[in-house]
Amino acid sequence: MEKIVEEFRSRILERKSLRLRGGGSKDFYGGPLAGAALETGGYSGIVSYEPTELVVTARCGTPLAELELALAARRQFLACEPPGFGGATVGGAVAAGLSGPRRAMAGSLRDFVLGVKIMDGEGRVLKFGGEVIKNVAGFDVSRLMTGSLGTLGLILEVSLKVMPLPVGDATLRFEMPQAQALDAMNRWAGQPLPLAAGSWQDGVLTLHLSGAQAAVASACRKLGGELLAATAATEFWQGLREQSAAFFAGDAPLWRLSVPSVAAPLELPGAQLLEWGGAQRWLRADADAAQLREIAARVGGHATLFRGGRGEQRSGGVFAPLQPALMEVHRRLKQSFDPFGVFNPGRLYPEF
Amino acid sequence: MTRREHSADSAQDFADTNYSALLVELAGLLPADSLLQVNEDVKPYECDGLSAYRQVPMAVALPETEAQVIAVIKACRAAGAPLVPRGAGTGLSAGALPHPQGVVLSLAKMKKILHVDPVARVAVVQPGVRNLAISEAAAPLGLYYAPDPSSQIACSIGGNVAENSGGVHCLKYGLTLHNVLRVRAVLITGEIVEFGNHALDAPGYDLLALTIGSEGLLAVVTEVTVKLVPKPDHAQVIIASFGDVMTAGNAVADVIAAGIIPAGLEMMDKPATAAVEPYVKAGYDLTAAAILLCESDGTAEEVAEEIGRMQAVLEKSGATKIRVSHSEAERLLFWAGRKAAFPAAGRISPDYYCMDGTIPRKRLGEMLMAIYGMEKKYGLRCINVFHAGDGNMHPLILYDANVPGELERTEAFGAEILRLSVQLGGTITGEHGVGYEKINSMCDQFCADEIRAFHAVKRAFDPEGLLNPEKAIPTLYRCAESGRMHVHGNDIPFPELERL
Repeated sequence: MEKIVEEFRSRILERKSLRLRGGGSKDFYGGPLAGAALETGGYSGIVSYEPTELVVTARCGTPLAELELALAARRQFLACEPPGFGGATVGGAVAAGLSGPRRAMAGSLRDFVLGVKIMDGEGRVLKFGGEVIKNVAGFDVSRLMTGSLGTLGLILEVSLKVMPLPVGDATLRFEMPQAQALDAMNRWAGQPLPLAAGSWQDGVLTLHLSGAQAAVASACRKLGGELLAATAATEFWQGLREQSAAFFAGDAPLWRLSVPSVAAPLELPGAQLLEWGGAQRWLRADADAAQLREIAARVGGHATLFRGGRGEQRSGGVFAPLQPALMEVHRRLKQSFDPFGVFNPGRLYPEF
Repeated sequence: MTRREHSADSAQDFADTNYSALLVELAGLLPADSLLQVNEDVKPYECDGLSAYRQVPMAVALPETEAQVIAVIKACRAAGAPLVPRGAGTGLSAGALPHPQGVVLSLAKMKKILHVDPVARVAVVQPGVRNLAISEAAAPLGLYYAPDPSSQIACSIGGNVAENSGGVHCLKYGLTLHNVLRVRAVLITGEIVEFGNHALDAPGYDLLALTIGSEGLLAVVTEVTVKLVPKPDHAQVIIASFGDVMTAGNAVADVIAAGIIPAGLEMMDKPATAAVEPYVKAGYDLTAAAILLCESDGTAEEVAEEIGRMQAVLEKSGATKIRVSHSEAERLLFWAGRKAAFPAAGRISPDYYCMDGTIPRKRLGEMLMAIYGMEKKYGLRCINVFHAGDGNMHPLILYDANVPGELERTEAFGAEILRLSVQLGGTITGEHGVGYEKINSMCDQFCADEIRAFHAVKRAFDPEGLLNPEKAIPTLYRCAESGRMHVHGNDIPFPELERL
């Protein structure tokens, strides 16, 4: 394994643009792919897993599926449900920072990152955070790395907090229009109920309950609705997490609007699917980027061209632009960790 | 105008700043009672909750509005004067220790709760709002703000953001980081920025995560949006006694292994229970080498189910005695002893020094045995309370500052605990921050390149190093001088130390 790290270092020290690539499952995500691929798949394996410490440490190239299998064998899981998209690695999942259906209740992938080991743009191996839940020594660089799309460094190892798999589980369905579903999801989230996820599409609200058996049973009685069979429920939530559901099929651009969960139904030019209790709204439409960003910003959120889209929709960057003062901080951070601009140039913002 | 680039190598010197001109300017920017300059007024700001370190500040600015915060920052920057942001001053790492050549920027007057939204489950508050005041405002809505540092009655949310404060319920409900959606702050340039927002994420790098726990080194917080969560309608706590600390430590791991995430899981050793019991009369088992407090919360059915499972695990793990709270009054009494640990230490000793290392849970027993050895080595007593669920320990070293040499021995004792925390796979600080107090211990945990990276992060926000200088991140000069540079690889630092 040390040999692989040396190979990474010598590639980085060439100071030529590199495209960091784990499983390649998210090649579609972010700005244009630039530079020669640096494949991390070979640097794989779980370094340590201590179920009683609720923490797992894995090398970047470890397939996410392999990690999840190891956790499942000890009745634990990644509660933030990062998508696998058919072959994600642990390093790629953390670099992208994406979370699945449980995100609104369980927290985001960033919330579960406890520590990282990275190689910076000068080939130095640096460790931040660690394997303990409470740790405030130094700036929280591990979480800065999460979602930075590999622009700040090559993630070598990650320590993640894991959680016990809840025993009780149920999925309920309710027929209701979007406005009513949003109101219901927000109000229920304010009550002591074992909510795990809430999604709405085409007049149907689907609710995932997960927790102690007694709590799930009493919530089912309280909320009513139609109980979905276990296999259908698993398939439904997997369909959202992996974007294998029918909504995500086809070539129409996929937009992600991240907004406050209480934002009223948005007038958007295409089909919508709501997740995260209303805080994540997917749109299939060949829409104007500036117009969508304006709609999202008006309610206090932002819009991302998540997948697909044409040249002019993508050329200005797929993520919402930053205010100048924040862009300046971004540039300086990039300059500090990657002074020669080696890592994933343009993948997060065209500016760097 | 002075423009010095902040560097990782050596400390800065602010000697050529024109202070008299700065003070005249500040007086023009702030209301009359918002600028303190005379000794009797600034003296109360000479330390925070860690009184072992004191420094009388040159002046204290107490802005009432964000516009005044901006004006003070711009004036100090123009003059090249350092600024030390301060919340309620309850911090335990001397993070708000004044700079001898600087201005303390207190946010204590900005204490309005701006907005509580029961449907969105958020509260928008100014930085000086007390942690507990948020939960009190949200209580009529059946909601509360989860992180509950033991100083919650007094500490402010701005300070909580600066320290990424925790509390006894972190394992289940998270730290400040997990419960803050958005921070509005002023950069050293005077520009207003927002980290995070009322959605669940923001575009770009996660500067919200970087800001939380940054100890006032990156920006000055002027507004915070916190998440509110439903208040569980029921809670019960178990007290389990153990005949030795190793068995108690292993029982903690057994609870987690059983798939239980307790709402709180605390451990006290025998010296700690002996210190608090006469004071609180919580009914603790004084014959036990250690006790565990294990709490469950949720619906009544949930709690009944979980308490049953916890009890079974603890019995199997070797608990010699188990008591379950049967009323809210009894639950609060069981907790009262744990919460009184700090005042009890103050009652039995003229001074005490609270440590904050975090270690993997499975090493708890080992760490306690090592601390008992250190008590003999340094000739000082130590009582131990732990957030056992997350491995965060608070050994309280008892000393008398009036006895020559005791403070120095106490510091050496503390530093040894922190070094051992790092060696056992943990960290020098779980929730109190590095501040000024643990700055040398940072050199034990991080190597020179990592410390350089921290300084680079600092420069990205504050190139001139004016915000809270000489805190949290040591200069490499300091590490070299204290002879404590962490070595990476398989070489164990400090091979001379006994590993227990």
